[in-house]
Amino acid sequence: MTIRARGLAMRYGAKRVFEGLDLDVEPGGFVLVTGPNGSGKTTLMRLISGLVLPTAGELEVDSDRARLGFLAHEPLVYRELTALENLELYGRLYRVPERRERIGMLLERFDLWDARSERTGSFSRGMLQRLALCRVFLHEPSLLLLDEPFSALDAEGAALLDRELAARRGRSTFLVATHDPERLEPLATGRLAFA
Amino acid sequence: MSGYLSDVAALARKDLLLELRGRDTLPAMLLFVASALVIFHFALPSGTGELAGLGLLWVAIVFTALLGLSRAFVAEREQGVLDGLVLAPSDRSAIWLGKAIAAFAFLALAEVVALPLFALFFSSVDGATVAGVVLADVGICAVGVFLAAMSIATRARELLLPVLFLPLAIPLIVGGVGASVTENPGRYLGFLALYDLLFATICWASFEYVVAE
Amino acid sequence: MWLRNNALAASAALAAVLLASAIALIAFYVPVDADQGLSQKIFYFHVPIALTAYACFGWGAWKALRHLWKRQEGADLESYVAIHLGVIFGAMTLLTGSIWARASWGVWWAWSSKQLVLFLVLFLFYCAYFMLRFSVEPGPRRANLSAVYALFGVVLIPISFLAIRLAEDFIHPTVFTSNGPQMSGSMFFTFCVSWAAMLATFGALYRLELAGKRIDARMRELRELLA
Repeated sequence: MTIRARGLAMRYGAKRVFEGLDLDVEPGGFVLVTGPNGSGKTTLMRLISGLVLPTAGELEVDSDRARLGFLAHEPLVYRELTALENLELYGRLYRVPERRERIGMLLERFDLWDARSERTGSFSRGMLQRLALCRVFLHEPSLLLLDEPFSALDAEGAALLDRELAARRGRSTFLVATHDPERLEPLATGRLAFA
Repeated sequence: MSGYLSDVAALARKDLLLELRGRDTLPAMLLFVASALVIFHFALPSGTGELAGLGLLWVAIVFTALLGLSRAFVAEREQGVLDGLVLAPSDRSAIWLGKAIAAFAFLALAEVVALPLFALFFSSVDGATVAGVVLADVGICAVGVFLAAMSIATRARELLLPVLFLPLAIPLIVGGVGASVTENPGRYLGFLALYDLLFATICWASFEYVVAE
Repeated sequence: MWLRNNALAASAALAAVLLASAIALIAFYVPVDADQGLSQKIFYFHVPIALTAYACFGWGAWKALRHLWKRQEGADLESYVAIHLGVIFGAMTLLTGSIWARASWGVWWAWSSKQLVLFLVLFLFYCAYFMLRFSVEPGPRRANLSAVYALFGVVLIPISFLAIRLAEDFIHPTVFTSNGPQMSGSMFFTFCVSWAAMLATFGALYRLELAGKRIDARMRELRELLA
């Protein structure tokens, strides 16, 4: 099991986000996580990524940080740096082989090559999301945690992402939080619904 | 090992680049230290002697550093990027070290202006003072960046940084002033080196716990 | 067996007995100091309280290390309680020290007393500990930050002591001669009893506060479970 959770619970002070959560995700699985805003989707992602610890329960994730890709609500890029510089930094930290080539390839794939030397502060939300996707795929992670990856993407951007997900399906394990499960239904191997 | 150093280099480079683009912290530090020195002129009644001035130089340095350090993790916090850095496979202490190196560079640049200015306004600055400044800067940046990371995790944020930092800065002031005013600066420089060694080690070893759970 | 179940009561009883003995010894048994007179007897409170404060901070740092290194359950709370008591004992040290300075030398504060200055620095440091702690939501993050800061404190103690020592070279305070005790047998005995009493008081207060805080935590847990 790539992800195994038993009785997982998360609480912030008096506020209970969720509890008693069991989850099994096998390698190569593609699990959709649905539910209204504030129901705990993002919290679950942050738990599995290791950014926060659960208040109760067990969680085993068979992945180290080098093989984990996390797409958060924020794009996690520096506004004052260019797209290239941001990806360069992450590329170095993740020890990506043939860094320059991979960065170039991803920027092209997500239609950001022309904007590569612009500061990300001037990017639109759609462009930022596409840059964040470049960041996520840069190091070829085997476990991908995507928190609403289609948000802010226009039709072209969404098509680019569809293509990318379809290409990786089966090779990597996915946990995707989404408001639009029908779109990803064909790829899914499982569903987790938050109340 | 080379991987670790390359991480540190990449992170330090990033911080230097951010300041180059943003250009807000360093000018503020320069202006602050210049204004502080002018204030000190008015704060020292005649007859207090040149040694008092040297003591105040150290006050200026510590508070200028605090000004710069309060901005240390602002970009990471505002744009949530810290999560991205923490999730990277690199050792978390590299985040601290890279930023401390960048902070040292900024502080040193501010002092390149401050020390000649001090010599102009008050009294000349000897080699022991400069050595003291360099050694103290190491301690200030190591501890300051570490505490800055702690403060952004709190509700009070940057407000907490001076409160946390100043007690720890007291030994640095003693070492620095001692190196500047006494006839035996070697002891004080040695003390500063000891402070740097001890605190840099503890910072390096425990930064992991400041940014990750 | 009884001792185990009633550890809190037992430690409170021990502290009470030792304190009473210490006070009795200080008041009646130990001779009045030839140079400084009656006021010198504050020394028998001041120094043991100071040493106990160091013990509190040391214990707090030890528990902090256990939390970070071994992830020991409850170590964070124990560390917090120890440091909390350390600050109280520290405040008492400053107070008794100030009284002693006033009685001996006529001033309420003496920079020449290295002990006092060190405590002032530590007092500032550990007050900041509370500001830090109360600025973070309860949870693993708060425990980690508090523990790391507590470890910084323990490194700061010897460094500050060195610093204050070194600072005397250029600060040149008016030096008041405070003869560090060349203690006779009865003086040493009284000192030891007083020290034991302060440590026992720390022990009893520590257990008491821990017990209280643990009950609080349980109550909170139960309330949340029922909600």
